[in-house]
Amino acid sequence: MQTSAEVGYNSKIEGDVVVTRVDAALNWFRKNSLWPMPMGLACCAIELMAAGASRFDIARFGAEVMRFSPRQSDVMIVAGTVTYKMAMAVRRIYDQMPEPKWVIAMGACASTGGMYRSYAVLQGVDRILPVDVYVAGCPPRPEALLDALIKLQNKVAKEPALANQKKAVS
Amino acid sequence: MSALEIAQQLKAKFADLVSDPVEFRGEVTLKVADAERIPEVCAVAKNELGFDYLVDITSVDNCGDDPRFTVVYELYGYGHHCHVRLKTDVSEEKPELPTVTTVWRTANWHEREIYDMMGVRFRGHPDLRRILMWEGYPYFPLRKDFPLSGKPSEVPDVAFSKAAPLEGGPFVTIAGGKDRVAREPRVRTPES
Repeated sequence: MQTSAEVGYNSKIEGDVVVTRVDAALNWFRKNSLWPMPMGLACCAIELMAAGASRFDIARFGAEVMRFSPRQSDVMIVAGTVTYKMAMAVRRIYDQMPEPKWVIAMGACASTGGMYRSYAVLQGVDRILPVDVYVAGCPPRPEALLDALIKLQNKVAKEPALANQKKAVS
Repeated sequence: MSALEIAQQLKAKFADLVSDPVEFRGEVTLKVADAERIPEVCAVAKNELGFDYLVDITSVDNCGDDPRFTVVYELYGYGHHCHVRLKTDVSEEKPELPTVTTVWRTANWHEREIYDMMGVRFRGHPDLRRILMWEGYPYFPLRKDFPLSGKPSEVPDVAFSKAAPLEGGPFVTIAGGKDRVAREPRVRTPES
């Protein structure tokens, strides 16, 4: 099944008509307004804030609506060290997010535990959540986070949205 | 008045209980022989000698020695700007001593941290719960016999923990290595 149809104006068709497929349109809506759930747990959250501020401006990619409200968000950005004490809370907030949902593991700690090879730190948030994009760095530059967001957008654009929805309903 | 002079006053009040003050690099330390009487010594230090600020309470695990634990009180006075350290030993069989929250209220969280990390209990503490780890965590992670990688545990619906993969680590540097490769932090077994 072809899932990466382009959305756009076709000069061969006259008038205000755009021909596309439902999948592609849905994905286009989704990928350009990925509202993040800022799971800021450590210093990576400072870079996450920088990515949201004017210099890097994550709003350029439609992801500026950072609210601490899992029920209105699409992508959880896990920014920082996930301790075992926090792990269940992170999982619970992820569970509260509506489908479809994605996860970015931002930085070394969220991806693998980072430098904390320790009794207190979860060795990578992928042990409790399905992670879509990992960002390297300690902490990553805001550009790296934006790159991760664009990679996630490309991933969202290729998803079989309708088929996933049918699977979720049945 | 110097810290040493104040420490000598404290020693004069508790002749048998408190050791002679030892000064090392400008820091004065007193050893209290009986941990059971630590609140008494602290009350005198605060009310009569002006140590109105309890900076910190810490603990040491002298694993293998007897008594195993040392509890360390750091006192400071805003009136005289002097700093004195009190040390007292606690045994492994009965890791318990009376609280000093009755003297300084700030001792509350310091004592909770020591209980959480080292497993030393403070009798009479108003709220002796874990402060960093979660309720039900079965170990005391700052004890020397607790592995760096941690141990698996599970408290349903609260938290779990697993041993961290150390991959041959801990990754350590060797000071004074010949070249950068030798100085880099890398996997080194205790023998090498």
